[in-house]
Amino acid sequence: MTTTAMRPSKARPRAAIAAKTLRTDKWRTPPLTIGAILLLFIVYSTVRLFMGRYYVVGDYGYLTPLYSPCLFKDCVPAASHFGQPLPAMPFFIPLGAIVFPVVAGFRLTCYYYRKAYYRSLWLSPQACAVQEPHKKYTGETRFPLILQNSHRFFFYLAAVVLAINVWDALHTFRGADGHFGMGLGTLIIWINVLALAGYTASCHACRHAFGGKLKHFSKHPLRYRMWVLISKLNPKHGFYAMVSLWTVMATDFYIMAVSAGWFSDLRFFN
Amino acid sequence: MGIRKFRVWRGDAAGGELKHYEVEVNEGEVVLDIVHRLQATQEPDLACRWNCKAGKCGSCSVEINGKPRLSCMTRMSTFEEDETVTVTPIRTFPIIRDLVTDVAFNYTKARETPAFAPPEGVAPGDYRMQQIDVERSQEFRKCIECFLCQNVCHVIRDHEENKPAFSGPRFFIRAAELDMHPLDAREDRKAYAQEDMGLGYCNITKCCTEVCPEHIKITDNAIIPMKERVVDRKYDPLVWLGRKIFRRDQLEGAVDSSVGRVHAEEPHEGVHWGRPKPAPQAAALGEDGHMDLTELTFNRPAAASPFGDDQEFPLPPEGLNYHHKDR
Repeated sequence: MTTTAMRPSKARPRAAIAAKTLRTDKWRTPPLTIGAILLLFIVYSTVRLFMGRYYVVGDYGYLTPLYSPCLFKDCVPAASHFGQPLPAMPFFIPLGAIVFPVVAGFRLTCYYYRKAYYRSLWLSPQACAVQEPHKKYTGETRFPLILQNSHRFFFYLAAVVLAINVWDALHTFRGADGHFGMGLGTLIIWINVLALAGYTASCHACRHAFGGKLKHFSKHPLRYRMWVLISKLNPKHGFYAMVSLWTVMATDFYIMAVSAGWFSDLRFFN
Repeated sequence: MGIRKFRVWRGDAAGGELKHYEVEVNEGEVVLDIVHRLQATQEPDLACRWNCKAGKCGSCSVEINGKPRLSCMTRMSTFEEDETVTVTPIRTFPIIRDLVTDVAFNYTKARETPAFAPPEGVAPGDYRMQQIDVERSQEFRKCIECFLCQNVCHVIRDHEENKPAFSGPRFFIRAAELDMHPLDAREDRKAYAQEDMGLGYCNITKCCTEVCPEHIKITDNAIIPMKERVVDRKYDPLVWLGRKIFRRDQLEGAVDSSVGRVHAEEPHEGVHWGRPKPAPQAAALGEDGHMDLTELTFNRPAAASPFGDDQEFPLPPEGLNYHHKDR
């Protein structure tokens, strides 16, 4: 019998409630939805990465973000905006081998995606106040999950990739005759670049690097303003993360479809 | 609004169960009102903890339909009329009785967290700070210590064995508040957060932020910045190299782990009462083994005084030893 006057001692029992959760709302829906989207992206990008075709529309300067920069000798010349300094690779190294580890690492160690896949794919926990199935838990204190601390380095590299994407997008204002032109693909590619820019700029590591690490904002007014700006974007990091996932897939799919001749690009000018 | 169905967990450390009730619910009422009506009409010995009924004291934390909530801030109008509302104690802490749990874990962790360390050479009263330097920390001062974040965190909710190593979200915001404090002189807050508070156990699933009744952005504004600060100190080779080359590790920020670290086992110097402290007294129990807490039938004006019933207040001033160690 326990009373309120009992002295506290170690390892006293919790309330004996057997149910794993007593939640009555639809708590399974968000992790299932997010998990399905993540799996779709993993499958889609793997297939596209190893396809090795239909990644560029040379006439209009469209290049899929999954293959940019294309630096290997066996790239289509129109896709190599930065030359082809690297030799041709065997079939198991895809043409997107330069960029894919960077963007995959950036998203894998991202604080938003960590929440998403820990909940959806690893069930740790699948939803708040729902008992997780794992017997043991050490979090991100040891290998391999301690590598999540490398997020900032992927952020630095992803910022370079974003600059390359902007450069590629500038190439899309081109018509078939080589003069100024614009089509639906240009629009899709620029929307994708904006979504990627929103995702990269709202990143927690970016917020930390620009000002979050400071102890005295008053001594660094410029960095403080940057931090305020990024702090406004930061709450939407998850939104940009999911939107940019879809825009990358949509951009790649559009370029694949036009390149393969499934339909032709809708041209606005030239 | 009529009669509504309720399930309330009744029991103690020896065991318990969800009991069904039908209770009257009126317009504008919150779950705590219903718990009080249950006490008044059906279950006089139903134990619940509450105080302000305004969402500011953090006492009435329970789980309502499985979700950690403040019962005083959960309106009955948010439930369907035919819905059975389940009220259970917060799960992560040892049960005392019914809806009351022993949250001593949190106070132990609070004592372990090193307090604010003023800068050397600045007298109390001479502290000056700029608003933009302190406003980040001010968000964390909104915490009402309801411990819902501590309760929902799966690191200790689902893994009791992690409790010694993990302080929990409430104390990560404390760590962040002090690390961002413009006048805090301690340089080992990052190391402390990582090594002693178990910051690495957090996997950013953001449940603490979801349940916070004060809407503190615990994960985005405290835990992630602290994780990034730990990376600065420990995992960033560029920062590490810079510190080594410029010998900054020997100038500023050198960690002296022997200074000021407070652990639970250190003797706590509190108020000296001028006499031995009386042992806690067991409460008088009725035949059913429960305390008879109804004022009408109780044979005393209130529960036994924790200071002993022979102690008179105010205490004799000569017996007290309030003092500041620097004076």
